[in-house]
Amino acid sequence: MTGEAWQIVFFTIQVSALSTLLILPVGIVIAWLMARRDWPGKAVLETVVMLPLFVPPVATGLVLLMLFGRHGPLGSILQNGFGIDIVFTWRAVVLACAMMSFPLLVRTAQSAFQEVNPRFEDIARTLGASEWRVFGTITLPLALRGIVAGAVLAFARALGEFGATAVVAGMIPGKTMTISLSIYQNIQLGHDAAALPLLFVSIGIVFITVFCGQIISKRKRPV
Amino acid sequence: MSLRLHQIRLPLASFTLEVDVTFDQPIAGIFGPSGAGKTSLLDLIAGLRRPVAGTVQIENETIFEAGSRLNLPPRLRRIGYVPQDLALFPHLNVRANLVYGYQSGVPENELFSLGHVAEVMEIAHLFERNVTTLSGGEQQRVAFSRAILSAPRLLLLDEPMSSLDLRLKERLIPFLLRIRDEFRIPLVYVTHHAGELSALCDEVIVLERGQFTARGAPPDVLAP
Repeated sequence: MTGEAWQIVFFTIQVSALSTLLILPVGIVIAWLMARRDWPGKAVLETVVMLPLFVPPVATGLVLLMLFGRHGPLGSILQNGFGIDIVFTWRAVVLACAMMSFPLLVRTAQSAFQEVNPRFEDIARTLGASEWRVFGTITLPLALRGIVAGAVLAFARALGEFGATAVVAGMIPGKTMTISLSIYQNIQLGHDAAALPLLFVSIGIVFITVFCGQIISKRKRPV
Repeated sequence: MSLRLHQIRLPLASFTLEVDVTFDQPIAGIFGPSGAGKTSLLDLIAGLRRPVAGTVQIENETIFEAGSRLNLPPRLRRIGYVPQDLALFPHLNVRANLVYGYQSGVPENELFSLGHVAEVMEIAHLFERNVTTLSGGEQQRVAFSRAILSAPRLLLLDEPMSSLDLRLKERLIPFLLRIRDEFRIPLVYVTHHAGELSALCDEVIVLERGQFTARGAPPDVLAP
């Protein structure tokens, strides 16, 4: 593999890890709210969170482009207020990866929270624990394996993200080029041989990641 | 003990729990078949379920009043609860379970110190063990001790010995009596096993489909 190809691999791993870290706190809160609380509009939020799984990734990319473009409602605020450009930068890659992997994290974490026996939380309350303490010392540790498994799945999904990234970040060499984008570009240009090493590296990284996620999620809880 | 449940109404799946009673014995026994509403009754005393009507008072302090929307949260009620499945926290060892609700600032804290409780309940040798590796009787004593260490003014026990065989039950009854005598914590003891109540209580109340149907000495109320 060439130096440029390795740079693409490391860039892809970096943006995937960053997008996973970014969605983790929000995803945990939303997953907990969905698992443990009832409120008006919960079904709507659940549906919205799941949308990126089913809407064509290119369409999701277009939505991001409209929102975060220089003339978009969020993009103009970021540009004018903080001087931050999103589209066609590495930030757009992170944003697209975060958007596409968010449902996987939330769904898995929600299941993990639902599997925690609410009786543990009840008894912690009778022992004098505040709601924050119950969450931090009972709910979160007991759901942790599921949350980590969700984060691993989200990371794996981000590694393979293509459609939304292509639209909102483009395929700019050395700037926004990820493994998926590079494979696609090489095939389009007829450089199949250049795409093969990236293909194998990509499969290897995703295999290891998903395999680790499976092991974590299937490990028995000490109950 | 003085626990008063005044005109309580709590709708359940197939009937409404309706009780109006004052408990004033050191150990109040509640006897009833499965599905009679026993656990729901303990839940509402602990603050884990909210009745639609009525008042709950403990030691003349009102902790729930439907009319004025007063509802003291469970963490402030100082009512210990040992549920049927014990709910020992599986990710914490015995020591961490025991000190989870430890109240360091309560009066007479020597009585409720970890060392003293562990000695009385004979669990000091289990401190570093994972709770999932304990025997049934050991888990029971750890669950009782965890509740005691929160220095409750009342302890609710929901069929705490239902999963134990007769021999282990007989071994645990003295520990329950120690909770009453050594720590002076009044108990509300719920079960559908008449034998346990005969060994522990001076007075038993029978609960059937959400209503108290009899009250009296165990031999009178629990006679077949």
